[in-house]
Amino acid sequence: MKIVILKYNAGNTQSVIFALQRVGIDAILSDEPEILATADKIIFPGVGEASTAMQYLKSKNLDKLIPNFSQPVLGICLGMQLLGEYSEENNTKALGIFPTKVKKFPLVEGFKVPHIGWNNIEISDNILLKGIENQAFVYYVHSYYMEKSEFTIATTDYILPFSAAIQKNNFFATQFHPEKSADVGEKILYNFLNEI
Amino acid sequence: MLAKRIIPCLDIKDGQTVKGINFENLKNAGNPLELAKKYVEEGADELVFLDITATIENRNTLIDLVKKIAATINIPFTVGGGIKNADDVARLLEAGADKISINSSAVQNPDLIDNLALRFGSQCVVLAVDTNFYDNQWFVYVKGGREITKLTTLDWIKEAENRGAGEILLTSMANDGTKKGFAYELTANISENIQIPVIASGGAGTKEHFLDIFTKGKADAALAASIFHFGEIPIPTLKKYLKEKGLVLR
Repeated sequence: MKIVILKYNAGNTQSVIFALQRVGIDAILSDEPEILATADKIIFPGVGEASTAMQYLKSKNLDKLIPNFSQPVLGICLGMQLLGEYSEENNTKALGIFPTKVKKFPLVEGFKVPHIGWNNIEISDNILLKGIENQAFVYYVHSYYMEKSEFTIATTDYILPFSAAIQKNNFFATQFHPEKSADVGEKILYNFLNEI
Repeated sequence: MLAKRIIPCLDIKDGQTVKGINFENLKNAGNPLELAKKYVEEGADELVFLDITATIENRNTLIDLVKKIAATINIPFTVGGGIKNADDVARLLEAGADKISINSSAVQNPDLIDNLALRFGSQCVVLAVDTNFYDNQWFVYVKGGREITKLTTLDWIKEAENRGAGEILLTSMANDGTKKGFAYELTANISENIQIPVIASGGAGTKEHFLDIFTKGKADAALAASIFHFGEIPIPTLKKYLKEKGLVLR
């Protein structure tokens, strides 16, 4: 199975590569359209800032390519947010695969932003989350969240309920970091690689 | 509910884990990779590795260790010690560290915080602050706690937050190594005055100390070293106790 991790100017690709190795997959990192076209599955990771990341994707024409991927795609964190329509982070028009908005957490007494650490997910029946217990803990680090929609397959409540994971056709994504979410995260990566 | 985090810290010297009291009298505490694996199995929420030698010849040893850790463990980890510039950070992040912590170099050059936040994102910039009570105030210390600065602790932390630090690792030198409890009032005062999470460090000796730092001290995470290394408080026992007291833990 050929797994390609989309290369762009955002962090945590190394963590994703290591996590995939732990579940037995040697992934390659690339932003070449030809390589991406032959991938069985694509992972779109990322921590970083939305507008800078979108600029890079545009400079490589990836903004046109990504919405046309026909293989299973897994977006992670910023990678998920960029699949939405728009992000409040520096007023960024995103890829628009999901008709959803990404917003900054409102400041509420008693809640720190960024949302950093382990929080639980309320899950619905979805192949990506097969075998995951409801209310399982996953690891987050983010200041922006994707609003809930008909595509939400898992929800976390922090300040307000937001999309912890989403799916539309071949596009899957998680706001949390499966590559850093211990056994729960490894199971989700395993599901993406083997069940979808 | 967001869980309170329990974070074992491994002080690394020449590739080995060490622990001292009040930053002195270092004692060997074992192989960091083995300890890290053990902590992950026991349910640690994150790990912190502080390279306390951080001489140039040992940097490569550290990078190798970071790669091994990143390949092995499946929870986030922070690496600190001797980080001077963005290139040091890039090397550690490329080796697989999730976050880096900076301390003295940020005091010397506060713009470093802005630069790192801009280039790598605030989520990976942990500002470590060593502080002690002097002349009725908490001051920031640098160089592994050997040198006092003119900065008062809350002011420095607020400045760092504005510059883009993502988390604060707050170590009370007055408490560190004593096992008599964390600096509760100081931690609460910092935590209530900033938006970003505070990791409290220094003084953990009993399970009750952890309960107090999360309740009275308003900490988001608690870090400790020797009580974990020497098996005094097993992490599962600690987490079970805190859950029984009504706190949310993973």
